[in-house]
Amino acid sequence: MTIFNNILIYFVIIPLLTLGGLALCTNAGRGIRAIRAVAVTGATALVALAAYLVYYFVTERAAGVQDAMLLRSDVMWYEPFNIKLALGVDGVSVVMIALSAIIVFAGVFASWKMNPLPKQFFLWFFLLSTGVFGFFISIDLFTMFMFYEVALIPMYLLIGVWGSGNKTYSAMKLTLMLMGGSALLMLGIIGIYFHSAPEGSPLTMNILEIAEANAIPHSWQMYLFPLTFVGFGVLGAMFPFHTWSPDGHASAPTAVSMLHAGVLMKLGGYGCFRIAICLMPFAANELAWIFLLLTGISVVYGAFSACVQTDLKYINAYSSVSHCGMVLFAILMFNTTAMTGAVLQMLSHGLMTALFFALIGMIYGRTHTRDIQKMGGLMQIMPYLGVGYVIAGMASLGLPGLSGFVAEMTIFVGSFMHEDTFRRVLTIAGTSSIVITAVYILRVVGKLLFGPVVDEHHRQLTDATWEEKLSTATLIVCVAAIGCFPNFFVDIISGSFEPVVKALSAAAM
Amino acid sequence: MELNVLMYLVPAIVMFGCGVYGFLTRKNMIAIMISLELMLNAVDINFVVFNRYLFPGQMEGMMFTLFAIAIAAAETALALAIIINVYRAVRNVDISEISKLKF
Amino acid sequence: MPFSYSIAVVALPLLMFLVLGLLDDRLGRRTAGVIGTVAMLVTTVLAYGVALTYFFGTGQGQIVDGIRQTVTVWNPAWLTFTEDLVVRMGIALDPIAAMMLVVITTVSLMVHLYSLGYMSNHEGEPEKGYQRYYAFLGLFTFSMLGLVVATNIFQVFIFFEMVGVSSYLLIGFYYTSPAAVHASKKAFIVTRLADLFFLLGILILSFYTGTFDFESLVGTGGAAARVAQGSAHGGTFMGISIMAWALTFIFIGGAGKSAMYPLHIWLPDAMEGPTPVSALIHAATMVVAGVYLVAKLFPLYVLEQGAMDVIAVVGAFTAFYAAAIACTQSDIKRALAFSTISQIAFMMTSLAVSSSDVALAVSPSDALIEIHGGRGLGYMASMFHLFTHAMFKALLFLCAGAIIHAVGSNENSAMHGLHKHMPITSIAFLIGCLAIAGIPPFAGFWSKDEILVACYAKGLGWGLWMTMVAGLTAFYMFRLYLLIFFWSDHKQHGHHAPADAHWTMTVPLIILAAISVVAGFVPAHDMVTWDGKPLHTQLDWTVAGSSVLVACLGIGLAWRLYYKENDAPERMKAAASGLWTAAYHRFYMDELYQFITHKVIFQCVSKPIAWFDRKVIDGTMNLMGTVTQYCAAMVRPLQSGKVQAYVLTYLIGALVLAAALIACVLI
Repeated sequence: MTIFNNILIYFVIIPLLTLGGLALCTNAGRGIRAIRAVAVTGATALVALAAYLVYYFVTERAAGVQDAMLLRSDVMWYEPFNIKLALGVDGVSVVMIALSAIIVFAGVFASWKMNPLPKQFFLWFFLLSTGVFGFFISIDLFTMFMFYEVALIPMYLLIGVWGSGNKTYSAMKLTLMLMGGSALLMLGIIGIYFHSAPEGSPLTMNILEIAEANAIPHSWQMYLFPLTFVGFGVLGAMFPFHTWSPDGHASAPTAVSMLHAGVLMKLGGYGCFRIAICLMPFAANELAWIFLLLTGISVVYGAFSACVQTDLKYINAYSSVSHCGMVLFAILMFNTTAMTGAVLQMLSHGLMTALFFALIGMIYGRTHTRDIQKMGGLMQIMPYLGVGYVIAGMASLGLPGLSGFVAEMTIFVGSFMHEDTFRRVLTIAGTSSIVITAVYILRVVGKLLFGPVVDEHHRQLTDATWEEKLSTATLIVCVAAIGCFPNFFVDIISGSFEPVVKALSAAAM
Repeated sequence: MELNVLMYLVPAIVMFGCGVYGFLTRKNMIAIMISLELMLNAVDINFVVFNRYLFPGQMEGMMFTLFAIAIAAAETALALAIIINVYRAVRNVDISEISKLKF
Repeated sequence: MPFSYSIAVVALPLLMFLVLGLLDDRLGRRTAGVIGTVAMLVTTVLAYGVALTYFFGTGQGQIVDGIRQTVTVWNPAWLTFTEDLVVRMGIALDPIAAMMLVVITTVSLMVHLYSLGYMSNHEGEPEKGYQRYYAFLGLFTFSMLGLVVATNIFQVFIFFEMVGVSSYLLIGFYYTSPAAVHASKKAFIVTRLADLFFLLGILILSFYTGTFDFESLVGTGGAAARVAQGSAHGGTFMGISIMAWALTFIFIGGAGKSAMYPLHIWLPDAMEGPTPVSALIHAATMVVAGVYLVAKLFPLYVLEQGAMDVIAVVGAFTAFYAAAIACTQSDIKRALAFSTISQIAFMMTSLAVSSSDVALAVSPSDALIEIHGGRGLGYMASMFHLFTHAMFKALLFLCAGAIIHAVGSNENSAMHGLHKHMPITSIAFLIGCLAIAGIPPFAGFWSKDEILVACYAKGLGWGLWMTMVAGLTAFYMFRLYLLIFFWSDHKQHGHHAPADAHWTMTVPLIILAAISVVAGFVPAHDMVTWDGKPLHTQLDWTVAGSSVLVACLGIGLAWRLYYKENDAPERMKAAASGLWTAAYHRFYMDELYQFITHKVIFQCVSKPIAWFDRKVIDGTMNLMGTVTQYCAAMVRPLQSGKVQAYVLTYLIGALVLAAALIACVLI
């Protein structure tokens, strides 16, 4: 079949094959080796495929291919509703896919010693990644939504079974809130579908065709835009729908936190952009101010909240609220620079937060506490993890040479291009987060890593093992790569915004 | 004396009422099952009578009655088996004591 | 391409950082130090090559029509925002960049060499993290070099952040000590706050002028056009032109790094770092980044008098404020730190006052201006002072390091009478003091004299004020010197008598002392001027004479009070106890900051927000869950488990339905 000639489909097939492979393994005895081997093979194949995709995309673009989406293919799935399995990628999806592959890779190594039930853990883990990849490669509303749900549900079991602390509560809360978002989203998608084409033409789920037709009546857009934006915004931890994030992350096992904060939260930002804004430019312009306000609040609010937390994962969860708020904030600025910044911020935050959660998991695995009051001077005991944490912190507070700086600066410069007072004030408030971020990052670093050793028992602890080093080093290298060579990524991403920005400014007229 | 249709229906309805009353008030599961049988049989009588008076010459009502009797037999066997198992588990056949299947 | 080898000047320290940082313990301690120092030596040689060629060579495009040009060696795009706004990472040589290359590499080399001895042990133990130390030095040197050769303002910002982080890492080098951790955090956050304003300044400036590049911002004829464009486009905000806002914000960024009041509070605490680091970062190089920034944008500043006035006032006040505090400090590094703040304020003031003769077009008949070649004297003086100050302040800090190494304490009460034990250090320190006090022919005299002339040109009040501060400088420096090396000869110094340090530590002292003696004779007026044209200056005997006199008065007073042990200082202290205590506690600025950060930000903002989040936002979500569960609990009893109850319900339901049906049919 033709669809198998499209490399994109393999981003779904590889995790499914890995699932199959894992299903044949057993937990008992030496089965763990087979489980690891299968998981690593799957993850490595994904990274290789993602690398090839990036290479392919860059060469195609360099060769002057101007299509909005590359690697298009359609397979009819359900004729009566015109639902297709439609694949295609633009610059934004390409980098998102690459990000997901890297985090899945790092996540596999971070859960190397997963206990109990490693087989089941990896099964759900790869099912989750199937959903994530499927979401990024689809350009059909129905399949996007389907993969979105596939990515969401395993989270419940992953947290509920392998989590720590108040895991039942957190798993339930996270799942319910995100399902609540999905409910809004589904309404929005159905609404879009029924207005997807002008009178007389067949209805469609394909977002390219919907955007092309631009047939959704303005009055409907005003209802559908908030539905979809909030629906995805819940996943993007938009204020005031962010409270699943601290509890969920705190209870989730390491690799799940990584994948969730690193990739799943990006589904929110990506969806807001791809569905809410691209398909409904009129309402986006009209209603942007509400969401700008909410996301602006997220940015500052998350940062301030992070300042007084004492649990490492809570700090990081609130920091994610702040950083992801920045993503949505920038997307709503409606110009190429800010939107490029938003995607860079997604990349940067994904890698950096994954790194954070990996390190927190490793520290927690040793000290059995995440309370910064009960730890101190860990740099002396586990220098590798300590240095990793400092690097992650520096990326988070925007040190040039690491990814955070590039993303934030692009966002600020882009946001500042609006001359109206409202956006200016919000932008300035947003920039102030760089100071607050420095406050909470340095507070944690100072308490956790530096200073005298607080608990003498910690002196017996060991530094990172090889698989932990591999996991974190992968992420660190990627963070540094974005920070040192940002233009490579900017070139991939920024081309994707031309049509949207045009549509938005046309709608604003 | 010509037999009136009411002469069949009144005993049937009395039987059904007894069945309902027994079903609602008895505590012993066997008794409840007997009440159930009463209701079933009342219905069977109705079938036969209506068939006889409304559609003489046709046999559907009779067939249904036979069918219901067969089903009732099977159902009784099943119910008795359940009751015996319940009795084995809790040493009791008092239905007010067995209310675990809830929520 | 001319000067293409200058890339190595920047790249080599970065390479050292990567090599030493990644290999870490795999390298021997000694090896790491030697590799770092040798690499720095090579860097220094290359940087001297670049600077000397730039200043004295010909034919590489550096001088056209008698005007020094900016030579852009390398300028690839790094991050593209829009077609116009592109961040480039480049190397551009102009007079001050070339001068800074010399300053940074010289001091850095001295510090690398000095640290071989200084860092070899810490409180009797072999120092852990020797490799890390040299890696960080490499990182810092790279960042600082990258900053000075920047081709655009965004590159400056990037390296501002980088030096901030290197400074953070080096202040917190002794990371097991809570004081060092706290100091490093404070330094980073305060400068970050300033950088926020810097960023806003850049955003405004770049938005209204459409460029980051220095070449188009301040290049030939660019400045006026850009200011006009910006003002026309941006108009005014709160009655002040948008460009003045931008430039003031950028100055605040510089003020954070250069420790201008009220953003100075991090610098004294930064002395928790190893002393050579203080010499390199917190005396000679990073702290002048703010001055350098203002100097880079000088052509813009001169067109916005409002911004210049802010700088001048802040500078003049800081100079005095810091000098007054320096008179009371007993920790020798802190005293030197306040002295640094005061001296940097001199540079800032000097830059700011020099606008008066350029922008306001003071009548050419003004005698003072005429004599001194007029325009941009303050700019030249400021850069010249930056150069000389870097040398003698690094010298003073390295001497302080040697002393602290010998006696094992920072407090001058633990020293006293060291001149017999440490003659080389004593002489070097004296040279440093004479230089900073402005006694001819030492370096500081020449540069400070030009600053004072520029201040007098702005107005008599400015001149007198700065001369007074210069006198105060002489006083507190000699107070420090005398308390360390004289005062009492009978001081017991622990188990073994202090002595001059290992050669790796004394050689840098001797070299820097020699530079401090002769640096004043560098023809700065030919080399570092704002417009690239040589400036004709001559010594103004009135100004020079009066400043030397005031300096001598300061020294004399210090000599009277502190040469021999006596109770005069105590009596003075008692006489002005309120003032003295306030100055000793640095006028309670730290307490104020503490109050703002802990009480206001943490207690009044963060805590309530966190509470609000947990109780109100999350509470609402939990409430929704609770309400659902409550409703469920209400309908749950229907499912009682009693079969007969079900049947009854069913029966009633069936009867009601039947009744309803019959009723419907009948009606």
